[in-house]
Amino acid sequence: MKALDQLRNTMRRDRVFDFMLQTSGLEVDVSHGTILYLEDISVSFDGFKAINNLNLYIDAGELRCIIGPNGAGKTTMMDIITGKTRPDTGSAYFGQNIDLLHLTEPDIAQAGIGRKFQKPTVFESHTLFENLELAMAGDKRVWPTLFARLHSQQLERIDEVLETIGLQEHRYQLAGSLSHGQKQWLEIGMLLMQDPKLLLVDEPVAGMTHQEMDRTAELLTSLAGQHSVVVVEHDMDFVRSIARKVTVLHQGSVLAEGSMNEVQNDPRVVEVYLGEQGEA
Amino acid sequence: MKMLNVLKADRGGQIFLLLLLLIAVVVPLLNQFTTADNPLHISTYTVALLGKYLAFALLAVAVDLVWGYLGILSLGHGAFFALGGYAMGMYLMRQIGERGVYGDPLLPDFMVFLNWDSLPWFWHGFDMFWFAMLMVMVVPGVLAFVFGWLAFRSRVTGVYLSIITQALTYALMLAFFRNEMGFGGNNGLTDFKDILGFSLQEDSTRIALFVASALALALGYLACRLIVTSRLGRVAVAIRDAEDRTRFTGYKVEHVKLAIFTFSAVLAGIAGALYVPQVGIINPGEFSPLNSIEIVIWVAVGGRATLYGAAAGALMVNYGKTYFTAALPEVWLFALGALFVLVTIFLPKGVIGLFRAKDKQT
Repeated sequence: MKALDQLRNTMRRDRVFDFMLQTSGLEVDVSHGTILYLEDISVSFDGFKAINNLNLYIDAGELRCIIGPNGAGKTTMMDIITGKTRPDTGSAYFGQNIDLLHLTEPDIAQAGIGRKFQKPTVFESHTLFENLELAMAGDKRVWPTLFARLHSQQLERIDEVLETIGLQEHRYQLAGSLSHGQKQWLEIGMLLMQDPKLLLVDEPVAGMTHQEMDRTAELLTSLAGQHSVVVVEHDMDFVRSIARKVTVLHQGSVLAEGSMNEVQNDPRVVEVYLGEQGEA
Repeated sequence: MKMLNVLKADRGGQIFLLLLLLIAVVVPLLNQFTTADNPLHISTYTVALLGKYLAFALLAVAVDLVWGYLGILSLGHGAFFALGGYAMGMYLMRQIGERGVYGDPLLPDFMVFLNWDSLPWFWHGFDMFWFAMLMVMVVPGVLAFVFGWLAFRSRVTGVYLSIITQALTYALMLAFFRNEMGFGGNNGLTDFKDILGFSLQEDSTRIALFVASALALALGYLACRLIVTSRLGRVAVAIRDAEDRTRFTGYKVEHVKLAIFTFSAVLAGIAGALYVPQVGIINPGEFSPLNSIEIVIWVAVGGRATLYGAAAGALMVNYGKTYFTAALPEVWLFALGALFVLVTIFLPKGVIGLFRAKDKQT
């Protein structure tokens, strides 16, 4: 009888098989107000638990800062979200409908998650303009790319982003000739061209002067709202200047979450992180 | 008009195509309308030699497309070249017909010699020119597609990829050396008589093959240039410089690599098909890993990531090879090795780099 029930269940006319579900090219659904769900994620490298039972939720339109001492699993977490590393257990959803664990890196990027690397990575033998052109949202399959032409709207969009990141006068310069801080901005500009719903920004102000830092803070703050932004950063002053909500990672899981003030006064956080650096 | 767009802002390419056009016209004229005692006379032997160089130049352009623009150092492009050559060789073998040593109307000589009584299945169809020409492109293309699909999907890159391309061509060489493979074993395919009904010994056929090689080189150059100047070409360079960044930007890096690698293999196959009727033989030696390394040296000497530089490099090095192997045969391999070392150290942008540097200063 059990087998018969199973057969009936399989043959049900309203049943939808997993393999029939569309996995790529879906529009992200954030109707519940949360854009990223990471649940019970664990990953270990050669026995070392880089991420240990991590639970993290990012709201749509939020600007979230993630801090934590070295080796806390911040970059590994970004690797999992963007598909570079597959977790051993747990689930990762983008909105309610997109299962990140079954998508490749380009699919995840096309679904609307943009990532800035820790070390600024731009296409050094292309001009700034070309860098932004390549990053631009659109059909990125081989054949359409071969015959792609720029429309005037797209040109305007590139100009707009060049202005946002303040590099208009370097438009036709090779990206390789930019300073470290300018490369950071260009990379953020490339993220903007991708038009992502969620931006993951890894150490955006490393190697920047104070003025540059202020401008970056301004830029990231202005992005929140239309986009959700997750910033991983070591620089406490910078985090304080932009953060509304801070998550502290420690040994691969969330140690504390709340406003900068709450987090700073949490004795556990002081012990593992702020304590080490003194009052940073 | 589109062709002209592709060449806009490509002065080197314009000069290259003009020179190519010039020799495609002048060489046949000097061959036909001067007598042997005229100092400007170009012998038919030289015409065939130049035609061979042009086929090599097309091969170099194909390698430059994947190495210079995509960052894949293929040390196995000789395999695609040889496969194209074998497809052409099979057509030429079938054209011999009853004129072979054993006079068998259907079987090529080596099969009669091996006591085979029927044509192996993969030799069918090669009596038709169009089918053979299709195979010239399809066989290298399919091999490159399957090989690339496996290699790129597993994210094999850099020197590891170079080593397995080298293994690929080596494995094919060993396979083609076997008589049982049905491609003439050690001796390969030779003793060709005619192509499309024209005798290969005739001057006019040699000139036609020479002009066809020049045309194929020009079209191959334009096709590569079309890719390189498109957004896809910029994606290729992006992959070369920052593969992960390209992936996180939303491009399927594996697909781009696969498409360009396969196209390049097809070009190499066409070059091989032009090479074989002009030298009159194809044997497993063409699969030798050394050959594939030599192609890379042509590209390095001429200048990477310029396309026309690769073609120029192929012409220069091969002229040197013809000269040295005749004058000082034992020196050639040392000269080639020294050339590669010197170019890498002193001319990282190749010989073309010298001219380009001057261009930018003025």
